[in-house]
Amino acid sequence: MTPGAGLTWLLPLLPAVAAVLVVLVGGAARRGPRGRLPAALLAVAGTAAATVVAVAVALDVLAEPATQREAAVAFAPTGGPDIVLGTLVDGLASTVAVMVCVVALLVQVYSISYLKGTPRYPSYAAAVSLFTAAMLLVVVSADLLVLYVGWEVMGLCSYLLVGHHWEQSAARAGAVKAFLVTRLGDVAFLFGIFVLGEAAGSFRITAVIEAVPRLDPGTVTIAALLLLGGVAGKSAQFPLHVWLPDAMAGPTPVSALIHAATMVAAGVYVVARLYPVFLAAPIALAVLGALAAVTMLGAALAALAQDDLKRVLAWSTVSQLAYMTAGLAVGGYTAAVAHLLSHAAFKALLFLGAGALIHVVGSNLMSDMGGLRRALPTAFVTTTIGLAALVGLPPTAGFFTKEAVLGAAEHAALGEAAVTAWVGWAVLLSALATVAVTAAYATRVWLRTFFGSPVSAPGHGTPVLMAVPLLVLAVPALLFGFTGLSADLLPTWIGTGASGAGDASSPEALLPAVVTAVLSMLLAAAGGYAAYRVWRDGQGADPATALGRFRRPFQEAFGLDAAYDRAVVRPLRALSLVARRTDDDVVDAAVVGSGRAARALGGALRRTQAGNAQGYLTGVLAGVVALAVAVVMLS
Amino acid sequence: MHVAYPAVLAALLFSVGVYGVLARRNAICVLMSVELMLNAVNLNLVAFDVWLGDPLHAGQALALFVITIAAAEIGLGLAIVLLVFRTRGTIAVDQLRELGEQDAPDPATRS
Repeated sequence: MTPGAGLTWLLPLLPAVAAVLVVLVGGAARRGPRGRLPAALLAVAGTAAATVVAVAVALDVLAEPATQREAAVAFAPTGGPDIVLGTLVDGLASTVAVMVCVVALLVQVYSISYLKGTPRYPSYAAAVSLFTAAMLLVVVSADLLVLYVGWEVMGLCSYLLVGHHWEQSAARAGAVKAFLVTRLGDVAFLFGIFVLGEAAGSFRITAVIEAVPRLDPGTVTIAALLLLGGVAGKSAQFPLHVWLPDAMAGPTPVSALIHAATMVAAGVYVVARLYPVFLAAPIALAVLGALAAVTMLGAALAALAQDDLKRVLAWSTVSQLAYMTAGLAVGGYTAAVAHLLSHAAFKALLFLGAGALIHVVGSNLMSDMGGLRRALPTAFVTTTIGLAALVGLPPTAGFFTKEAVLGAAEHAALGEAAVTAWVGWAVLLSALATVAVTAAYATRVWLRTFFGSPVSAPGHGTPVLMAVPLLVLAVPALLFGFTGLSADLLPTWIGTGASGAGDASSPEALLPAVVTAVLSMLLAAAGGYAAYRVWRDGQGADPATALGRFRRPFQEAFGLDAAYDRAVVRPLRALSLVARRTDDDVVDAAVVGSGRAARALGGALRRTQAGNAQGYLTGVLAGVVALAVAVVMLS
Repeated sequence: MHVAYPAVLAALLFSVGVYGVLARRNAICVLMSVELMLNAVNLNLVAFDVWLGDPLHAGQALALFVITIAAAEIGLGLAIVLLVFRTRGTIAVDQLRELGEQDAPDPATRS
C-alpha cells in the first residue's frame, strides 16, 4: 500500500459527503432565498476537492503506471468468497478518475448558472455530487460487489436527475425508462459478478483476473456475456440503448454528465477493467463487436433525423459508445479507452454548448434555432471544436482516438487480433459508414444552429459560469489526441489491459493508420458535403429532408421503441392488470369475505345481547331448568 | 305437620318470585319478587331444619343470615331504583337497555 493508493478512498467519499451536506444546507435554505450560494459552494467544493485528490493520485500512479496499487481497508467475512472494501488504482483507473472529476466539476460550475432561478437546486446539486461519488466508486473499487454498489447508485442518481423536472410527464417517463432499462441489464451484470466471483473464489478484481486462466472457458464465457448485459444497459448499446434518448428530458448539464463522464462511461470502463476476462471469452467479444456494429450505424442514422438538438447528441453518444465497445471487441483496448476519454471531453463540451444555446433560445428544437454564431460566439467556437472532434477531423482529439479504433478494427479484419476476422470486418465497415453519417449529422447541427437566418432574437449571451467550462473543455477536445502519439504518454498511462500487475507487453502509440485515415476523411468529407449541399440548395433547408421517406423510420430509431412497447410493455401491463384484478377480486375478496362472514355469525349472537336484564335472566332460568332436566333424565 | 306442606308453600312462593323477576316491568315489584324468593328459601331452611332434627340448628342460623343479607340487599336495591328514577324518570326495567350491544359499522367495508 502506497500513500497514493491510501488517498483514493477520498475520491468517492468527498463528493458523497458533499452531497449529504448540500442536502442539509439546502433543506435549511428552503426557508430563505439566499440558501443557494452555500449549497452551490459546497457542491463545487466537494467535487473540486475530489479533483485535487484525483490529480494527486494520478501523478503518483502515473510515475509507475504498470503497477496496480491496492489498498484494502477492511475485509467483510461472509463465509463465501471474500468481499473487500478497498481501492485498486492503476493507470487506467487514475486517468478515468481525473476525467470524471474534471467533467463533474465543470458540470457543477455550469449548473450554478444554468439552473439559476429554478427550484430544487440543492437536491439537484446533491444528486450530481452523489452521481460523481458513485462513478468514482466504480472507478476505484477493488471489489466487484463494491463496484456493483456504485453501479446501482448511479442508476438511482440517473433516475433522480433525469426526472428533475418531474412536473413534466416526459421527464417522469424518461426517468422511469432509464431506471427500468438499465436495471434489466444490471440483473445480468449482477449474475455475471456472481458467476465470476464464485468461480474465482473471490470478488477481488485482482484475484478474479489472476484466476481467469485457470477457469473453465465456458464459465468465463457465461460470465462475460452476463457482464455484457449490464454493459449494454449502462453504456446504451443495442438492444438496451432505448433509455438514453429519452433521458434527454433531464436538465442539459445532467445530460453532459451522464453522457460524458459517468453513467455511459461506466459500462465501457468495466469492460476495460475486466479486459482479461473478456479476452478469455472470444464469443463474448464477438457478440460485443456485433452489437457495437449494429449500434453505431443505427444510432448515427437515428441522430441524422432528429430535430431536437439534445436527441441528436444523445444518439451520437450511443453511436460513439459503440465505437468504444467495438474497439474493445476487436482488441483495441488502448484505442477504446482513449476514445472514452476524448469522447468525455468533446461530448461534455457539446452538451454544455447545446445547453448554452437552449438557455438562450428557450427550446430544444433546431427548428427554433439558427444564425446564433454572432449572438453566442463562445458557444459557436467551442461547439465547432466539439463537432469537429465528434466527426473526427484532425487535429482534434476525436480524430486520433477514432482512427485508433478504426486501425484496431482493420488489424482484426486482417486477422491480426484475437477475435475472428468477420467481427473485425463488421466493425470496420460499420465504423466507416458511421463516419460518413456522423459527418452529415454534425454538419447538419452546425448549419442549422449557428448559420442561416436568425429565428429568434437572443436576449443575452453566455454567462461567465457557463462560458468557462466550455472553454476549459475545448482544450482537451482539441489537444487530447496528441498525448496518444507517444507511446510513453497516454498508452502507457492506461496500459494494455492484457493482464494485471506487471504487464510485460509494451503499449503502442495511437498513430493513425494511413489507409483508414484517408478513407474515413474522404467519407467524412462526403457526408459533410452532402449535408451542406442540401442545406445550401434549399436555402437553409433541413438536410434531413433529403432522407425522404426514410426520415420517419430513422427518427423513430427503426421502431424499436414501438416494438418494445408491443413486445414487452403491453404484455406486462396486461399481466399487471390481471395481477391487480386477482389481488382485488380473489385475495382481497377472501380476506374481506372471511371478515364479513365472522361478523354475520357474530351478529346472530349479538342480537341476544339486547340489554334487557329480564331477558338474560330468562335465559339463565331456561338453562338451569334444562340442566336439571338433563341431570334427572341421564342419572 | 308433614314437611310437604312448607315445601310446597315454599315452592309456590319461589315460583311467584321467579315470575315477578322475569315478567314484571316495575323495578320495585322486581325487588319485592326477589324478597319472595329469598323468603321461600328461608321457609325451606327452617322447615327442613326441624324435619331433620339438626342438633346445631344450622338451618335456622342460615335463615338469620339470609334475612340480614336480604335487608342489606333491599336497601341497596331501593337506592339504585331511586337514583334510576331520578336520572331517567322511569323505573321500567325493560327500558333500561343502554348496556345492550349496539350496531357497530362494518370495519371490513373499504372507504
